[in-house]
Amino acid sequence: MNKFIVSPSPHAYTGESVPKLMYGVIISLLPALAVSVYYFGIGMIIVTTVSVTSAILFEYLIQRYMMKVKPTHLDGSALLTGLLLAFCLPANIPFWMVMIGALAAVGIGKMTFGGLGNNIFNPALVGRVFLFISFPVAMTAWPEPGQWMHYTDAVTGATPLGLMKEGLVNKTVGEIMPEVPSFLHLLMGKTMGSAGEVSALALLLGMLYMMCRKIISWHIPLTILATVAIFTGILWLANPDRFADPLFHLLTGGLMLGAIYMATDYVTSPMSHKGMIIYGVGIGIVTVLIRVFGAYPEGVQFAILIFNGFTPLINKFVKPKRFGKEVKHG
Amino acid sequence: MSLKTFSRGGVHPPEYKLSAGKTIIELPPPEVAVIPLSQHLGAPAKVLVNRGDQVKVGQMIAQAAGFVSTNIHSSVSGKVLKVDQFMDSSGYRKMAVQIQVEGDQWLETIDRSDDLVRNSVLPAEDIRKKILEAGIVGLGGATFPSHVKLMVPQGKTAEYLIINGVECEPYLTADHSLMMERTEELFSGIQLLMKGLGVEKAIIGIEINKPDAIEKMKQLVQGSSVTVQGLKVKYPQGGEKQLVHALLKREVPSGGLPIDVGVVVFNVGTTLAAYEAVMKNRPLIDRVVTVTGKSLEKPSNFLVRIGTPVSSLIEKAGGVPDDTAKVINGGPMMGKALPTLDIPIVKGSSGILLINKNEARRREVKPCIRCTKCVTVCPMGLEPYLLMTLSEKALYDRMEPEKVMDCIECGSCSYTCPSSRPLLDYIRLGKAEVGKIMRARKAV
Repeated sequence: MNKFIVSPSPHAYTGESVPKLMYGVIISLLPALAVSVYYFGIGMIIVTTVSVTSAILFEYLIQRYMMKVKPTHLDGSALLTGLLLAFCLPANIPFWMVMIGALAAVGIGKMTFGGLGNNIFNPALVGRVFLFISFPVAMTAWPEPGQWMHYTDAVTGATPLGLMKEGLVNKTVGEIMPEVPSFLHLLMGKTMGSAGEVSALALLLGMLYMMCRKIISWHIPLTILATVAIFTGILWLANPDRFADPLFHLLTGGLMLGAIYMATDYVTSPMSHKGMIIYGVGIGIVTVLIRVFGAYPEGVQFAILIFNGFTPLINKFVKPKRFGKEVKHG
Repeated sequence: MSLKTFSRGGVHPPEYKLSAGKTIIELPPPEVAVIPLSQHLGAPAKVLVNRGDQVKVGQMIAQAAGFVSTNIHSSVSGKVLKVDQFMDSSGYRKMAVQIQVEGDQWLETIDRSDDLVRNSVLPAEDIRKKILEAGIVGLGGATFPSHVKLMVPQGKTAEYLIINGVECEPYLTADHSLMMERTEELFSGIQLLMKGLGVEKAIIGIEINKPDAIEKMKQLVQGSSVTVQGLKVKYPQGGEKQLVHALLKREVPSGGLPIDVGVVVFNVGTTLAAYEAVMKNRPLIDRVVTVTGKSLEKPSNFLVRIGTPVSSLIEKAGGVPDDTAKVINGGPMMGKALPTLDIPIVKGSSGILLINKNEARRREVKPCIRCTKCVTVCPMGLEPYLLMTLSEKALYDRMEPEKVMDCIECGSCSYTCPSSRPLLDYIRLGKAEVGKIMRARKAV
């Protein structure tokens, strides 16, 4: 007699899996990676390699020897964390600092909470903020683009957001703008900043790819970008001498990288579309508040981490629209 | 023009309609038929025959036990071997009548001719009575007794009759073949159901992966108050609530029925059964079953007597392929896996699907990465990831406010989960437990 498997429905599945999703995100990061290598050369290659291998290695060691579970270091998630961490570091940062950052990202950011799916805060951002607070000098020395063969010895300068923050002490926006790279250069990535955040165009391409493959939905990235544009737009209209225009804010700093890759991290963002919009608006507002009124030139990293913290609360109170609550007669 | 569909959630699994366009083949009666007493939603019918009795095709062998229950008729002629427990498609042993088939003698009252009867002179009341007597249930799979749907409760009015020709489950083509081959009888059935309900308007909803059926039905309904609406291909559009929403933009309230928004839904197969009951005096004794699967030699649509064992259908379709790992009663999304092939076809069997080893391979359950896919695809606007967690932790009292009872068990969440989490399994468990809590509360 035939023996058949008896299991409850459904009996069909999509071919989707966690590694496929993770590698999808990684593929979408390739244009931005290419731009970074083009502008920062050997430095970007070293930082990325160290970051990715350390993240994978630490994940393996922690799971194997501390948590004593089957290691999942090759599911693409540690690779992605390592890649994203490298993207938000300056390309001239010493490699041992990158390793510490990767340990903080994977160890503190992810494994402390129980591993993939359980962490509250975005691991890559945890690593970045850990380094930012531990090594403030190294984390704010930005290599000028185009020095292919220079690593820690690269000539450094200020980011556009840094120039704006410093300049506004005694100058108007109009006086500062000539010192800032043109919008075309900001779009292409010929500017100073974290290695992977410089090219808005490459990151937007990545976003389109992820949306087409339905890895992410529009809700989080577009809400953040729209909120930043509207908020800075209002300020700019109120006083164009004191406040930079919205396009400047959209194209500079880590906003694109944060909105497209950090804030959309599955694990740490809300579960409903309504919740995602609240989260996106919140991140946009806090980013602008820090940039314009805070002590730091850039605020997107803190804004995302703050709203990562709000995500469980948002999930608790913001529910998807249930079917069949209201009765409508046509 | 954008095509109509329901707005919330949904998935689009590969369609694999292997048996589409295959002419319906009538199978001879089996040697031994096993006719379960519970083939419908509601109380099992009360048996009327004893061991040794001679029965004819169409003879009532069990009577409805209450309002939500149905009559059961013999699908074969012969001698009752025993009334005992037999395994049905649920995998449990339940009461059934086993009949040794002798010849094929039908009751004289049944009109077996193919003549089309167009207009019914019967009053609405008689139409309902005939459908009640014929033991008709929803043939789409839910097996809800049809006469109950036709009794519009006091204070409610039926405005529309919706005919469900969606057949959104992959593989299945039973309704498609009926729409192609028995179009005129179907149309006559729609008209008499409209009369039975007292409604002026009827809409036939068909997904556009069946353009031939849409075309054929459209030609036939011209000039009548019946319309045909093509729908975007999306699962679970054949779910009553989704179909009503797709066609009329009305939301059936939580815990309610389509009649709450002035609609009654009948499946294509059910409509045809109603036609046969009213116009031909023929009780529900057979149905069209799709037998299909990627490794199967001849995927087919068979007209089968109720009580025929699943094994004989598969034999007619080329036999069980060697790589078969699962046999499903129904479609891949909502069908039930059968433990053996010794199980009878019942009123609700819309298809027999054979799944090969490769497709049935179980995948390792991974942690939830909170990707929101399950929330996005849920057609009822629920949060499957949360319901599963609550159910895993036995926090059943928290599942009710999260609307777990609204779950229609379409399986879209489990289907889409990249971590292969058994979301629906846990939600079903939760539904059962919440059901107990609700009944206990009512009893107090």
